[in-house]
Amino acid sequence: MSQKRSALSGAIINNAIKEAFLKLDPRVMVRNPIMFVVEVGFVITLFLTFVPGAFDGNTPVWFNLTVSLILLVTVLFANFAEAVAEGRGKAQADSLKKTKKEILANKVVGNVVKQVPSTELRKGDIVLVKQGESIPGDGEVIEGLASVDESAITGESAPVIKEAGGDFSSVTGGTRVISDQIKVRITSDPGESFLDRMISLVEGAKRQKTPNEIALNTVLTSLTLIFLIVVVTLPFFGHYLNIEIDVPVLIALLVCLIPTTIGGLLSAIGIAGMDRVTQFNVLAMSGKAVEAAGDINTIILDKTGTITYGNRMASEFIPVGGEKDAVLAEWAAISSVKDETPEGRSVLELMKKQVLRYDESIASGGEFVEFKAETRMSGIDLKDGRKVRKGAVDSIKKWVSQQGGTVPADLDRNSDRIASAGGTPLAVAVDNRIYGLIYLKDTVKPGMHERFEQMRQMGIKTIMCTGDNPLTAATIAREAGVDDFIAESKPEDKIAVIRREQAEGKLVAMTGDGTNDAPALAQADVGIAMNTGTVAAKEAANMVDLDSDPSKIIEVVAIGKQLLMTRGALTTFSIANDIAKYFAILPAMFMIAIPQMAVLNIMKLGSPMSAIISALIFNALIIPLLIPLAMKGVAYRPISSARLLRRNLLIYGLGGIIVPFAGIKVVDLVVHLWV
Amino acid sequence: MAFLALGVTLLLVLLLARPTGLYIAHAFKDEQTKLDRFFGPIERGIFKIGGIRRDNQSWKKYVFALLMCNALMIALVYIIFRTQAYLPLNPTNVPNMEPTLAFNTAISFMTTTNLQHYSGESGLSYLSQMIAIVFMMFVAPASGLAACIAFIRGLGGKPFGNFFVDMVRAITRLLLPLAIVMAIVFIALGVPQTLEPNAIAHTISGGEQSIARGPIGSFLSIKQLGNNGGGFLGVNSAHPFENPDAISNLLQILLMLLIPTAMPFVYGKMVGNAKQGRVLFVAMSMLFIVMLGTTLAAESTGNPVLNSLGIQHDQGSMEGKEVRFGMMQSALYSVVTTASETGAVNTMHDTLTPVAGLVAIANMMLNTVFGGAGAGLMNVLMYAIIGVFLSGLMVGRTPEFLGKKIEGKEMMLIALTMLMTPFLVLAPSAWALFSYSGTISNSGFHGLTQVMYEYTSAAANNGSGFEGLGDNTPFWNITTGIVMYIGRFFSFVTLLAVAGSLSAKKAVPETAGTFRTDTALFGVVFLAAVLIVGALTFFPGLVLGPIAEQLTLKP
Repeated sequence: MSQKRSALSGAIINNAIKEAFLKLDPRVMVRNPIMFVVEVGFVITLFLTFVPGAFDGNTPVWFNLTVSLILLVTVLFANFAEAVAEGRGKAQADSLKKTKKEILANKVVGNVVKQVPSTELRKGDIVLVKQGESIPGDGEVIEGLASVDESAITGESAPVIKEAGGDFSSVTGGTRVISDQIKVRITSDPGESFLDRMISLVEGAKRQKTPNEIALNTVLTSLTLIFLIVVVTLPFFGHYLNIEIDVPVLIALLVCLIPTTIGGLLSAIGIAGMDRVTQFNVLAMSGKAVEAAGDINTIILDKTGTITYGNRMASEFIPVGGEKDAVLAEWAAISSVKDETPEGRSVLELMKKQVLRYDESIASGGEFVEFKAETRMSGIDLKDGRKVRKGAVDSIKKWVSQQGGTVPADLDRNSDRIASAGGTPLAVAVDNRIYGLIYLKDTVKPGMHERFEQMRQMGIKTIMCTGDNPLTAATIAREAGVDDFIAESKPEDKIAVIRREQAEGKLVAMTGDGTNDAPALAQADVGIAMNTGTVAAKEAANMVDLDSDPSKIIEVVAIGKQLLMTRGALTTFSIANDIAKYFAILPAMFMIAIPQMAVLNIMKLGSPMSAIISALIFNALIIPLLIPLAMKGVAYRPISSARLLRRNLLIYGLGGIIVPFAGIKVVDLVVHLWV
Repeated sequence: MAFLALGVTLLLVLLLARPTGLYIAHAFKDEQTKLDRFFGPIERGIFKIGGIRRDNQSWKKYVFALLMCNALMIALVYIIFRTQAYLPLNPTNVPNMEPTLAFNTAISFMTTTNLQHYSGESGLSYLSQMIAIVFMMFVAPASGLAACIAFIRGLGGKPFGNFFVDMVRAITRLLLPLAIVMAIVFIALGVPQTLEPNAIAHTISGGEQSIARGPIGSFLSIKQLGNNGGGFLGVNSAHPFENPDAISNLLQILLMLLIPTAMPFVYGKMVGNAKQGRVLFVAMSMLFIVMLGTTLAAESTGNPVLNSLGIQHDQGSMEGKEVRFGMMQSALYSVVTTASETGAVNTMHDTLTPVAGLVAIANMMLNTVFGGAGAGLMNVLMYAIIGVFLSGLMVGRTPEFLGKKIEGKEMMLIALTMLMTPFLVLAPSAWALFSYSGTISNSGFHGLTQVMYEYTSAAANNGSGFEGLGDNTPFWNITTGIVMYIGRFFSFVTLLAVAGSLSAKKAVPETAGTFRTDTALFGVVFLAAVLIVGALTFFPGLVLGPIAEQLTLKP
């Protein structure tokens, strides 16, 4: 999907400009108290433009009009920021809506197939989807196997295989079957499908304020009220000193002091944060989940597929019991001739690499024995009755002893050695004789070590889950640089670990795809389900990764942090700006009555009116200038919190104090040409 | 020499802070301590008489007990003031107090404000001074200390404790023993302690002079130690009977700062991380030094108008100061009394140079330059939480304070508290300036400062005055009374609610990604929060008051 969208197209901008005006409706504005105050200021100054003497005012009409227009523009800028952020989501939603055209479904009722519109399908209905047809709703394959084009949802053009049972049974409405046919049990009612939810999420229609957003809003509102008190009491103070302060000037001071910068950008930051996750092809079910991602203390990662490639490659033949290297290799190859698993193919590749040969005729006509979880081995039954097997060392040992064979003394020693080096040993046996071991190496994906090091610096603990034995697990863990691991883990172990971490007050994130991951995904604070996973897993998770790349969880955490950082940085910037604004407006207010106040005019602004107008213009302009930052987010680097804070305090705190001094001065140089 | 005295004073303050803090933390410990051997019997007796079960209270019960107990005391003291003429120990025949003044005075002493719209010599009988005023001078700071201790316990995730136990302990283990010792020292230094009526002196010129006296020694020690500040005599510690010499002056400064400077260490000790407290202590000390430096600079320069008249000003501005203290000790005292929210004075703040007056009022506006016993640290911790909330986001996590997430509910309560101070100062000031300008003795900027000072002093529970206000009128008595009450108790309720909400949360373990609150960087964040939030609020008022006054002082 990311490839489909440009960052900011002309259409989005045009639409946002229109939206900015529509949002002026006070019923909409009142939801943002800060900008609402600005709007009220606009109305009052507009009134004063037409009735200049209303509150015993002395300010000229042109001044009232100027202030009023700047305030209007300030509100429009804030609305524009929000609209732009929303617009990006809307564009995406529109393309999704196209996918959601009404289609006719083949509903199976008893033995009859009836054609009904997809909107009439209910939970539990069963439909038949044939080659070339669109799947009418979210569901689970209950019969058959088909390849499905999911590009409309994931943007991934390669079709995926969906089959009944197991972890690849879930299908999404709107995707297309491109070969074979499947029977699907519908799992969602109309309007509640994955696609529906996705549309409403990216549209921001159901966007609720996140806990942190609410807290920040409270503080900003209270600051607004404080400044309201300050400004409302000021004319009384002035009155005692026989200084009359005009209403437009008071409004200008109020608008400059209240945190309009962050107030105007706050919702844009939130929407953009969600949007960044979506652009990353991860669908967050709520903004809360994205925020929680920033707070994660512990990440639980599956080893296979996330940390390592998982396809275990044969890297060495190790004969035992005095057998010949070449003989072992030959039997290993024979056992793998018909084995299509990556392990099996890698054995034949290793043969090629080592320039070894084997007699293919031995295997021809043999019957392939598939790998099963119970037997934990695979192989071939040859025509001449001999049985060739390769598999887990324990299983082979048992199999051989059952046939009266003996286990060579150096088998365990060699298999332990392989395991401790992070590999997986596969024993090769023919009937009651063990020939040796295949050393399967599990390779850690490049760059994982550095990533885990970064996580450590961010204060995030990584736990690797693997079905491997403790020795193997320890080696991979060391190689990858994770902090902890759980070997021989069962799905229940994940929940146990999550609960243990949560009991210590930590927030835990995990990825998963299988149905048996669902409880753990639900228990985790941030659960990311793979889109290829089961419906149960997706339901339990609070994010769905459309690309099904489990290592993305790391980026999601960074996006969450970035969202919070952007909010903090712009708030700090906004409040720090007030210092300069005071030094612009206060002397301007009092300089006529108290000429000595000129000392406070440290920016040497041209005239009182130009000072006030310049401060207001700066206050308005800073909003659109910061829109790109609000959209992109503050740059996040995985460094320690102390360094991060120092850096951001320097940029947004100190910067926030200095920038407006320069900014207002520059604006004043221009404004003072007229005023 | 004067600088040496100043240095020695500050050094003594520095040396006393930590040990006192550790003692206080120890005194309020839940479990049995060695102190129980000394104080246990007395305290058990008090608990028995009072029927106090020593069980832990929820924050709600704690704060309810505090409010009710304090309200009852206000009522009791109000009745004493209103009937003092009929009661014993009234040798100078002081009449009953007028209702609005009694209302104001009762609240004033219950809130450790000690704003005095009466003059001690003529307004109160000895009985009122002793069983109403001195009584409150013990229970008021004890209540504040208790609230603060409970607040710290809540932040640290411990049970809140029991208000009555904490209040009694504050008196038996801290205030009473020290007050007794210091009273004896003050009496030894020449402070009167008598129940005899006013002395009558026959002057050389044949006139007759009535000299006020009374049980001042016992009054003086708790006045300073409890950050109360109300004078036995109208002119407070400028009177030779309430502050005879340099030594008594030094001791008073030490007593005023003793508990406020110890509180950060109490906090560090109680939350189990001494560095947490040290950072706050250093940050507050820096504020204090800046404030003191500003005042000294302004006072030593003096008033340019007077200087231009050729008045000798080598010793700095001596207007309104006692010659036995000089400029330096007077300036120091003014900074200390406003920083510690005591409100005792040895010089008239009204006559400070505008900039020194600005420092005094700013100390009270910020209320975080140490602040009063207990209440000050609570305010400081509130600013610390605001700092954490605003800048803590910048490390990319939901802000945490002492391992607890700061969320909507806490920020709502803190936002309300933050809002209250400017409201309490600015709204009634505007009202007074607009409608009651006749009661203000000065016109112009100085008059504006007088009014702002009065309400700031009331809201921060300081109690010092800029004088010159015709403040014993129903308007001033009632408005300042309300401001003092809300200024004291509103934040107790909201901040204990914050602690209650935080203590119910699970602590998040500290990691490399945590925003640490025990580093120098956090000290900077805290100072920025105080200065930006606090100063921005009051800047316009200050510009029209002391700043304008200073700028327009042209010979």
